[in-house]
Amino acid sequence: MTDMNTGTPPVPVVDRPRGEVVLEARGLTKHFKVRSRPQRGQRRTRAVVHAVEDVNLALEAGRVTAVVGESGSGKTTVSRMLAQLTKPTSGQILLGGKSARSYGIKAYRRKIQMVFQDPFSSLNPVHTVRYHLARPLKIHKRAGDKTGASDAVNALLTRVKLDPPDQYIEKLPHELSGGQRQRVAIARALAAGPTVLLADEPISMLDVSIRLGILNLLGELRDQENLAILYVTHDIASARYFADTMTVMYAGRVVESGPSLEVTDNPQHPYTRLLLDAAPDPEREAPPEIQARGSAPSLINPPSGCRFHPRCPLAMPICAEQLPPDISVGEGHVAACWLRHDDYKTNTGTTTLAGDSPA
Amino acid sequence: MSAITGPAVAAGMEPVLDIQGLCVDYGRGRNATHAVIDADLTLHRGEVIGLAGESGSGKSTLAYGATRLLRQPGIVTDGSVLFTRDVSRPDTEIDLLDATPAELRTLRWRDVALVFQAAMNSLNPVLSVQSQLTDTLAAHRPHTTKRERIERAAELLELVGISRDRLKSFPHELSGGMKQRVMIALALALDPQVVIMDEPTTALDVVTQRQIMEQIISLRDRLGFSVLFITHDLSLLLEMADTIAIMYAGRIVETAPARRLFRAPRHPYTAALLESFPSLHGDRKVMTGIPGSPPDMRKPPKGCAFADRCKYALPRCTDEQPPLASPAIESGGGRQVACWLHEENALPDALSAPEPGTEPAGTARESFGGPR
Repeated sequence: MTDMNTGTPPVPVVDRPRGEVVLEARGLTKHFKVRSRPQRGQRRTRAVVHAVEDVNLALEAGRVTAVVGESGSGKTTVSRMLAQLTKPTSGQILLGGKSARSYGIKAYRRKIQMVFQDPFSSLNPVHTVRYHLARPLKIHKRAGDKTGASDAVNALLTRVKLDPPDQYIEKLPHELSGGQRQRVAIARALAAGPTVLLADEPISMLDVSIRLGILNLLGELRDQENLAILYVTHDIASARYFADTMTVMYAGRVVESGPSLEVTDNPQHPYTRLLLDAAPDPEREAPPEIQARGSAPSLINPPSGCRFHPRCPLAMPICAEQLPPDISVGEGHVAACWLRHDDYKTNTGTTTLAGDSPA
Repeated sequence: MSAITGPAVAAGMEPVLDIQGLCVDYGRGRNATHAVIDADLTLHRGEVIGLAGESGSGKSTLAYGATRLLRQPGIVTDGSVLFTRDVSRPDTEIDLLDATPAELRTLRWRDVALVFQAAMNSLNPVLSVQSQLTDTLAAHRPHTTKRERIERAAELLELVGISRDRLKSFPHELSGGMKQRVMIALALALDPQVVIMDEPTTALDVVTQRQIMEQIISLRDRLGFSVLFITHDLSLLLEMADTIAIMYAGRIVETAPARRLFRAPRHPYTAALLESFPSLHGDRKVMTGIPGSPPDMRKPPKGCAFADRCKYALPRCTDEQPPLASPAIESGGGRQVACWLHEENALPDALSAPEPGTEPAGTARESFGGPR
């Protein structure tokens, strides 16, 4: 453990080179059909939840991409589509440049693995750690004979820092702590030998003191094994700590994306600003001014134009009329906001967001 | 939030709920698990105390034990919980642990109300918001008329920022944040002196969470009740609580005013916990969290429960339990720490930062004014 208050050296994460794009989503869209409650005197209608709309995302080898948003923003649906657990309504998923559909599901899963939110329910309570890890090795034919399988299981446990492996291998899930269980779940994902890990809120069910241990483990896997990691989270502070790039979603659309320090330190979309202001921050001297009241809209009839406009303190008439284009606001930093558009920058009299003024 | 300098804090030096030496076991006899051990906590009038700890540290057990809401096999084995309704009248003081069921029934909710964990599920799904609010009023204030009760229910909803035409709504018609607000309205229905909130915002989005927290603090400022706020999220407490108590393995290991706890932690666990929250500002630093995991409460260690995860542990730490005491390093009161490092004069730099307020004015803000 590093010393606590005497600053540890900053990690040169900012300079991590851009990797080769392993998994890419283009125009990913998901509409869920639901039956809505019949209004009085009317027939039962079929409605559509516009859960994810036109999302572009590229996961690069050796880098962590965070998808940040509130519940209902579509972030989990995106990761489920990438895992081919949910079929996209439209859009493309490319694995290594080839359409995901051209792979058989097993070949696809060999490359793409998931780590789930709740390690208390994602492991089978009646099976040992050994079974959990030997099974994917066998299914994906990565272990050979019996001794080979045993060695491979040991190696997996060592990779996730469950050391010595003998101490854990015969344990049942209930004999492990939450952090240890999540490590087993990560080891299980690694067993298939994937190039991409999709981690959906991997730490939100864990105790605060062990969360960083799991994030650091995933960070090591990224660096040492050149894994591409998708980190889905509602916690923007942990995304800032852990991710190389960040994509902020609101009501099914990407509102801002870019290098994660750039997005959190210089947010260009009012929604990103709202998320940052609302996050707990003990270093804040005065309470933040939360300007965007209200809550996320219904996705059955999403707002026209920018989906954030009904809550946005800086909304202009155009925001309700037209969907904002993706506007480049820095190197690799894109915001979908009319305020950043050349034609409207002057309308607000300022190019900074309200609340940008020094604290 | 006016948490730090709120008017209620200055005035609130009279204790409302004084928990002393509280011990709670699960089970009896030799197999008993000691879930809360010798906990002291004093809640003053108008104060917000945050109780933080990991899951299994006993923070909820402490609150339920103190209010006699524990179910079997939970048993309060020792201690006292003095509740004072009116300071000028000593006869209004009552020890909750000795109270008769009848006394408890009138006292609960009227004086001490609770907002439960997973509050979104603690509303009755088949009753409207109105009937849940008026039922409570009818039970405790039977002399009121139905019309008065409905009017009061509407007032309560408006108090928490929900319009009164939502009275007829059922829980499933409300969003998570609104359900949480209804729960808070329900807790405030009888003008309680103490509101115990057990993880009230855990399941909510950050924006909703912030709005609820602001609401709690502004209601506190207006109505002057005291809050015992239980959460695992220390970063949330640092912004809103007046005083913070940190629990670890059934014991309170440090209590201090929120700002002082943040600027100058005195217990290694507090310091390590503060280092477990990534910052929203400045350079990215490697943070490690806390290695290891909390002890098995069925087999508690002999000495300090944190010793095997503590990087400063002394030989004494594994043998003897440190008492909760004022640390020698501080002249002023208001802080208590249970750690041998203070007595053995073995304080590392990380735990001997100067008290905020003793440093030159202005430096604190500069050093934390990262780019936003």
